[in-house]
Amino acid sequence: MARVVLEGIRKTYPNGFKAIHGVDVEIEDGEFLVLVGPSGCGKSTLLRMIAGLESITEGQLSIGDRPVNNLEPSERDIAMVFQNYALYPHMSVYKNMAYGLKIMGLSKAEIGERVKKAATILELTDEQLTRKPRQLSGGQRQRVAMGRAIVREPSVFLFDEPLSNLDAKLRVQMRLEIKTLQASLGITSIYVTHDQVEAMTLGHRLMVLNAGNVEQLGTPIELYQRPASLFVAGFIGSPAMNFAEARIDSMGKTITISGQEALPLGDGGMAEHGGKDVILGVRPEHLELVAEAPDAVPMTVTMVEQLGADTLVHGHFGESRSDLTVRLEGIRNIKGGEVLPIRVSPDHLHVFDPKTERRLS
Amino acid sequence: MLKNVHFGPSVLPFLLVLPQIVVTLVFFIWPASQALYQSLLLEDAFGLKSEFVWFRNFEALVSDPLYWHSFKITIVFSFLVAFLSMSFALLLALFADRVIKGSGAYRTLLIWPYAVAPVTAGALWVFMFNPTLGIVSYALSALGYEWNHQLNGEEAMGLVVMASAWKQVAYNFLFFLAGLQSIPKSLIEAAAIDGAGPIRRTFDIVLPLLSPTTFFLLVVNIVYAFFETFGVIHVVTSGGPAGATNILVYKVFSDGFVGLDLGGSAAQSVILMIMVIGLTVIQFKYVEKRVAY
Repeated sequence: MARVVLEGIRKTYPNGFKAIHGVDVEIEDGEFLVLVGPSGCGKSTLLRMIAGLESITEGQLSIGDRPVNNLEPSERDIAMVFQNYALYPHMSVYKNMAYGLKIMGLSKAEIGERVKKAATILELTDEQLTRKPRQLSGGQRQRVAMGRAIVREPSVFLFDEPLSNLDAKLRVQMRLEIKTLQASLGITSIYVTHDQVEAMTLGHRLMVLNAGNVEQLGTPIELYQRPASLFVAGFIGSPAMNFAEARIDSMGKTITISGQEALPLGDGGMAEHGGKDVILGVRPEHLELVAEAPDAVPMTVTMVEQLGADTLVHGHFGESRSDLTVRLEGIRNIKGGEVLPIRVSPDHLHVFDPKTERRLS
Repeated sequence: MLKNVHFGPSVLPFLLVLPQIVVTLVFFIWPASQALYQSLLLEDAFGLKSEFVWFRNFEALVSDPLYWHSFKITIVFSFLVAFLSMSFALLLALFADRVIKGSGAYRTLLIWPYAVAPVTAGALWVFMFNPTLGIVSYALSALGYEWNHQLNGEEAMGLVVMASAWKQVAYNFLFFLAGLQSIPKSLIEAAAIDGAGPIRRTFDIVLPLLSPTTFFLLVVNIVYAFFETFGVIHVVTSGGPAGATNILVYKVFSDGFVGLDLGGSAAQSVILMIMVIGLTVIQFKYVEKRVAY
């Protein structure tokens, strides 16, 4: 059990490439932090720096109030689950889990006990313990990789995209298992993924990374409700948020997408940004289909996706033919070419500065 | 399933394989069958007539202590060559695997000895170790050791082993390096997190995962030591002194072309042929199955 504290962590590769531009975060004991971002954003690099597999160029990393910058991976009291599981192919499942314990110098009896305990937690049978990794299915290998992490009884778990090699159904199942396991063991965990659904469901807090910068750090709901930047707004949520160029009136009471009726701004308006050009964002689920209304946006439908529970309607509106996606509940009989009156609820508007791409208000 | 595509009867496929068949027949099948036939013949002392003697040449070989001596030193020789060249190549490969800068130049330089012809390699070592002129024997005598492989059988064996192993190091190195680079990096990292230091990782993870390469190279190196070291032996010791380096493949030559015992020499080459067939079978049969983890 331990807190993990990152202070001004930076990474510069010998060729001058800056991978991480300064990360500050305090991860509480027992917390599940998810690092999420597109590929190449530096999330894996950051995780590997915490693991000790990459050096830290600048900044201070502490695990359990102990500075660990210059410690070997094995001395950091961590365990890591790799994307490809990294199981030793020539060792049985049992030996895979026991290898680290053997190096720790534990007695045979104690090793057996710990492996047994982990196997029980992960529902691995005695017969499976004698097999070689290649004789196991993807999900079982994943379990063994977690078992190898559990038996070490570390202070921190590190997960590097552990579910990306599994098929969709198994991924959902293992996601739940990891969440349950983490909750029951109460071990501080840091989890890297590019999948925003995984990030939202697993993390107590999420850290969104983009090109080596922290875009936002917060709970999944904070990120969903108040994305701090255009990047986060577009990254979190599926289907992605709709964006359109708009202008706030001089009083800061309404917002206008060119050629459309003005929409009222909720929460008493944004007087300090009056007269400003902005980017307006609305999530597909916050758009509704209404009967003809004066403030409705006429949307021309181009494509309809029926998901059963929801219907995704893709189309465009206005002179600029801005793209728009609407998520409607249930099964709807909508065809391409139809023009639908769509209403935006004023409580769910996200307004961003087009230059800084940060959230306004 | 492969799709079977049937073409109409045509001579083209036969024409296409013809050159290969001709080469095989002329350079492999014909000489091999000649050897088989000759191994059953006994030539008279003047080469005027020969007599069909069934397996008497083989019987003579089996009861010849010189042949068994040659057999024994061949095994010692091949073991030493395989062991030396493989362990040295593995060591170099383990180091080279860690080099990032200039690895291309490093690898190119290490592969050069393989391009040297056996006779040239032998000549090189003979010069260095020549008892009167050689730079190494000069250095050794300065240290108080009188090197003379022309008189000392063990030194002669040492020299041909060194020369043969040296040539093979480059080949082994390439395979070991390729093998090392195909081991996923995450396995090494996982072992590092498990607390294994570099040396322990090498023994617990890297070497077991390298075993298919090792087994393949073992067979290749034994075949090399058995059959391809003729040039080195010929230049360095000519099988001497007193037969100390007279390995089987050299004995075939010296008995047949120097001793003019064509039947006995052919019988020896037939035995060698059987051995190389056996080694090839082992290689094909087990190289992928047995040592796979």
